[in-house]
Amino acid sequence: MTCNETEARVLSELLEIQNLKTYYPIRSGVIQTTKNYVRAVDDVSLILVKGECLGLVGESGCGKTTLGKTLLRLEKPSAGAVYFNSEENGGGKLLDITTFSGNRLKQLRKRMQIVFQDPTTSLNPRMLIKNIIGEGITIYNLARGREKIDRVAELLNSVGLNRDHMMRYPHEFSGGQRQRIAIARALSTKPDFVILDEPTSALDVSVQAQILNLLIDLKNEYNLTYLFITHHLLVVEHISDRIAVMYLGKIVEISRTKTLFAGALHPYTIALLSAIPYPDPDIRRKRIILTGDVPNPIDPPEGCRFHPRCWLAVERCRIEEPLLEDAGDGHFVACHRKDDLAAEYHTHRYRR
Amino acid sequence: MAEPGTTDSILDIENLKVNFYTYEGVVRAIDEISFGLANGETLGIVGETGCGKSVTVLSILNLILPPGKIEDGTILYHENDSPVNLVEQSDEFMRAIRGNEISMIFQEAGNALNPVLSINRQVSESFLLHRQEELCTLVLKNIEKNLQKKRWPGLLLRYQKAKYTGKLRKARGNNLQYGRYGRLLKRQATELSIKLLESLGIPNPSEVILRYPHELSGGMQQRVVISMALACNPSILIADEPTSNLDVTIQAQILTLIEELKDKYRSSILFITHDLGVVSEIANRVIVLYAGTLVEFARVRELFKKPLHPYTRALLRSVPTPGKNGRLESIRGNVPNLLNPPSGCRFHPRCPEAMEICTQQKPALYVRKDRDGEKHMVACFLYKE
Repeated sequence: MTCNETEARVLSELLEIQNLKTYYPIRSGVIQTTKNYVRAVDDVSLILVKGECLGLVGESGCGKTTLGKTLLRLEKPSAGAVYFNSEENGGGKLLDITTFSGNRLKQLRKRMQIVFQDPTTSLNPRMLIKNIIGEGITIYNLARGREKIDRVAELLNSVGLNRDHMMRYPHEFSGGQRQRIAIARALSTKPDFVILDEPTSALDVSVQAQILNLLIDLKNEYNLTYLFITHHLLVVEHISDRIAVMYLGKIVEISRTKTLFAGALHPYTIALLSAIPYPDPDIRRKRIILTGDVPNPIDPPEGCRFHPRCWLAVERCRIEEPLLEDAGDGHFVACHRKDDLAAEYHTHRYRR
Repeated sequence: MAEPGTTDSILDIENLKVNFYTYEGVVRAIDEISFGLANGETLGIVGETGCGKSVTVLSILNLILPPGKIEDGTILYHENDSPVNLVEQSDEFMRAIRGNEISMIFQEAGNALNPVLSINRQVSESFLLHRQEELCTLVLKNIEKNLQKKRWPGLLLRYQKAKYTGKLRKARGNNLQYGRYGRLLKRQATELSIKLLESLGIPNPSEVILRYPHELSGGMQQRVVISMALACNPSILIADEPTSNLDVTIQAQILTLIEELKDKYRSSILFITHDLGVVSEIANRVIVLYAGTLVEFARVRELFKKPLHPYTRALLRSVPTPGKNGRLESIRGNVPNLLNPPSGCRFHPRCPEAMEICTQQKPALYVRKDRDGEKHMVACFLYKE
């Protein structure tokens, strides 16, 4: 995606990522010279519209979490820009947050929050729930004393817990309740943008349903924008408006959820969709079995990064790297063979 | 399809009861579970965390360690038409069974493999422990071949022949031997392991076998763990969440592999999972466990199309499915603490259809017939005739 969008679009944008790269250097030798890089996020461009939920899907090690952390400036980007529509900093202007530091960065972080994957490790076991949720409120001086306690109680109520839970420690709660606390903590500074990094993958199905419902309710109530990072395609189908599929540091396909599930255009997405086990014994699909594992991001394959595992790869895929191209109706795909795939797709239908 | 007690089943579990004696009190982890595993079927065991899925299968292998204890019940293993109660057997007998006739694929392959031993050591171990007779015969055959060709040195070959004939005699007498195995025996086991890894679709097995677990990816580690379980061609294969830590594409590879292997080795599989999608793809029949009790037992299609127990119905509704928008239905409340489980039906505090009787009595397994006349069992008073 480029930034040549209409004025109206720019106003509704919350976040724009341009050619973002996050590389981790590999150092070795006596003087620790940089030998190579792990290309965790490699040239990613994305736009997030206010109030939407963008699902970010990919296998482990593809750079989903690194991308999320880079957006929050928890990791330092190696190149590229992240523009954030921060109302406080000059009203509706997109500012490049990769240049922020000090107090500006602190003020920015108030507006973007994260919920981590495993609530047992993301909550400090020695802090009371009151202090875990109230920490952000204290740091940003949003409320004090009795007012702060009321605010914490209000947050606990909004995630389905109550005032009595305030004076307890994390170990006294079940997994689902802990994730609720983590969500309340993320909401304590009244953010615009919340990154959800696999918030339900450590939970059971029945609890997962509760948390997903809660997230949908909170999004409508507080007018939030979500970046939902997950590897579980059925969860992301349920909650997201749009889905971006990531493979080895690159976005390979991005489209509306319905379009993606009805007609994915990248072979990797099709293989992913075909591999989901459906909880319905009547749906028997042909699983597309990808050979091998995700390659090492230190030394990614040349050309299209998916070509060693792709069943449609031709000579061109080995040499030339495909770019994200518009396939109509906001559906972008990076594949040389997307036109051939449209015909091929019907033989590989993943659903009845 | 088998019922407990018929000759068709290979494993019958009756009234199994397992308690854990902790400092806080007695955890009633399994409360009177009965089911049968039919010959050649894949039986799925579904349930949430802490419902007793793993404890059930660990008690089959007699691997419940203190403070846990199998309080009551029988686990009948129908081996050569003479049922053996696995609960009462000695450790020595169980060692001969484990990994040989009943083997297990453990959750999290990364932790199941020993990080300081090479793949070779770990895969060959099952052959060396349970297949000594076969290995000795193979070794002797090789020596014989070399003797016939009059390979040098003849004296050493004749010494080895005597040595391995002795080993073979010992192996025939006793199923298990400990101590030194001999170089040729190990070499033969390695050869068998390489063949086994190859049949599991591991590329370049003779090189992989020399590596250590950390050098392999998650999917490869899982394949190695599966190969260890399959080494002795077990009649029952227990798979404890074999795919839950893997990516979907790797999960698809492993599931396809397990399906192929089942056809090839004709094993019966007990497949434990919390993923309803996986169970609907791989299982023939399904058991649903809730808080240590069996709530429903039916064929997979019947269970997904016509679930009877309120818990199963709620569980199925809480799974996100494509094309279903809006709110998911969730089960109110939390899984009960098994230190003092609810009286009567353990699901009643969360059940929307709970009646007076549910709080007082534990429901028995009521048997219903599905469309094809197969049994569909459910532990709920709603279905009391």
